Amino acid sequence: MAKTATLPPAPASAAGPRGDERIGRRNPLQTLLGRPEVGALVGAVVLFVFFALVSPTFTQPNALATILYGSSTIGIMAVGVSLLMIGGEFDLSTGVAVISSALTASMFSWYFSTNIWVGVLLALVVSVGIGYINGWILMKTKLPSFIVTLATFLMLTGLNLGLTRLIGGSVSSPSISSMDGFASARAVFASSVSIGGIDVKITVFIWIALVAVATWVLMRTRVGNWIFAVGGDENAARAVGVPVKATKIGLFMGVGFCGWILGMHNLFAFDTVQSGEGVGNEFLYIIAAVIGGCLLTGGYGSAVGGAIGAFIFGMANKGIVYAQWNPDWFKFFLGLMLLLATIINLIVKRRAELK
Amino acid sequence: MANFSWRKAALVAAVVPMMALSACSSTGGKPVEGGGAAGGGQVATTDRMKVALITHAAAGDTFWDIVRKGAEEASAKDNVELLYTSDPEAGRQAQLVQQAIDQKVDGIAVTLATPEALKDVLKKATDAGIPVVSLNAGESVSAQLGAFTHFGSNEQLAGQAVGTKLAEQGFKHPVCVIQQQGHVGLEARCAGVKAKVPGAEILYVDGKDMTGVQSTATAKLQAAKDADVIIGLGAPITLTLLKSVADAGSSAKVASFDLNAELAQKIVDGDVIFTVDQQPWAQGYMSVDSLWQAKRGGFKLGGGQPVLTGPTIVDQSNASDVLKFAQQGVR
Repeated sequence: MAKTATLPPAPASAAGPRGDERIGRRNPLQTLLGRPEVGALVGAVVLFVFFALVSPTFTQPNALATILYGSSTIGIMAVGVSLLMIGGEFDLSTGVAVISSALTASMFSWYFSTNIWVGVLLALVVSVGIGYINGWILMKTKLPSFIVTLATFLMLTGLNLGLTRLIGGSVSSPSISSMDGFASARAVFASSVSIGGIDVKITVFIWIALVAVATWVLMRTRVGNWIFAVGGDENAARAVGVPVKATKIGLFMGVGFCGWILGMHNLFAFDTVQSGEGVGNEFLYIIAAVIGGCLLTGGYGSAVGGAIGAFIFGMANKGIVYAQWNPDWFKFFLGLMLLLATIINLIVKRRAELK
Repeated sequence: MANFSWRKAALVAAVVPMMALSACSSTGGKPVEGGGAAGGGQVATTDRMKVALITHAAAGDTFWDIVRKGAEEASAKDNVELLYTSDPEAGRQAQLVQQAIDQKVDGIAVTLATPEALKDVLKKATDAGIPVVSLNAGESVSAQLGAFTHFGSNEQLAGQAVGTKLAEQGFKHPVCVIQQQGHVGLEARCAGVKAKVPGAEILYVDGKDMTGVQSTATAKLQAAKDADVIIGLGAPITLTLLKSVADAGSSAKVASFDLNAELAQKIVDGDVIFTVDQQPWAQGYMSVDSLWQAKRGGFKLGGGQPVLTGPTIVDQSNASDVLKFAQQGVR
């Protein structure tokens, strides 16, 4: 397991009695327990076993595919959001930015009657551009990301509604299912892959791929070091030559990229997009990252953790349905599940840090 | 890293317009405008009047878009200046009514989803001599709150209409999907279904997150194997449920409340068995028009009783007629 120079406090507290702990080999179990996502992993296992016991449907392959799909639509965004949180910022505009991306692709192709892929690429530019603008304003003004991204959230919500009605004359985007390129775009963003007779949504694979790439960037590249550094202490990072501005702007652009993928999935899975959707989803992504061990203060966390956080949310959300509990209590159970998962996460992490 | 991505983004930005020129879609897209658009009908010669339409719509909801279109068409014909506002939060909707009073409107059309919150401000309106009609929600309290008439569909009746039709067709275990937990009107619809088909179950989903709606409904259909029909309470929700049924490999049929063009098409195609329409366009149109009529000739439609705009059933027998209007955003 590669240790980055800035990965904070777990290694320090794991000091052994003999020699310099920085060059000594650590017990592999301790290394594992020091990882940010380990608490979430334990929480996920507990939740899985729990639902497997109370609901006979929960562990069937079909049901697992559904749970994975529900998790992936949160998880794809949680990858970008986790990295951003490790870098010490967070983004409130992600929920509506997903819808902005889908609307851009749909409205542009429809209005100019172009091949749908033109709209898809334009949406990529817009999504990454929104991330760039978020990051640029943040670095330029030194305002907290709460304020900057809240402003973006409000502006995007207004633009989604206003432009959609202005261009299409309705609050939902027109159906684009008969346009050129739709079939191929659907194959890329919203198809299913059959594994042993079980249809698994493509978003699950995109999600896993994104987590793998993000983990590689974090653990094996210089950029990964920069991300931990700017999240840990921005001024110290700047002092040792980390390009703070570029790193943070890049992280916001990464979130934009994830938003583009999810936006395209939304568009090609449902043909039309309602311009009022997406509000509130930004919290799901942040919740997933936090359950997965990313600290709200930055400098600590992992991409895998965010993925496990999304999986916990997906399991709790769908598990309640599989268990056929009284739906009046749905939200309560969901909240309780999340609380328990997060507490287990905390306990395990503290235990690991004490050893 | 940022420099690198930025350069790439600039490159894409340059390439996209070039592609746009060469990659036109041969099907779909914005219809090319035909010459000779409808030559505008007569406008009423009565004095211009100002009417406020204040709803509890959440922004970006297709249902309310249709209501608004109806109101706009009535305004165009009746020489009315329409002030449309909406807020799903009760207190702020009351403030919007107050603002309409401040603007000295000649009539107020308002939805009464939260009658308690609007009671005081509506009294102010009637005290100021502004005629009030209610629409969509609040039929039972409409008269009490000073509205001279109400245009809407009774949600309980609509639910029962669906339940009755399902029972006739031999369905035993419907799943009724509520996209906003605690919404009185939606709960009443499902309660109406349950009144006629006791085996009905409720599933709550988050209507703001379509992927969530899809996967949660899939989960439900996988768990409740005896579910024989699943009911969406709004057209976009129902369209998503169709995908859940396919994903779950379920044999459940799909039924719906409300309507849009895509849903009408699905009924024509036989993918959705039927929907119950409360005719929102008529709700918007009639509430504005009735305020004009009250001014024009002192008419009070309904004679103190609510005027029902639904429920009407749209199934394969009449869907193709409805589809044509739905495509124009009227149904």
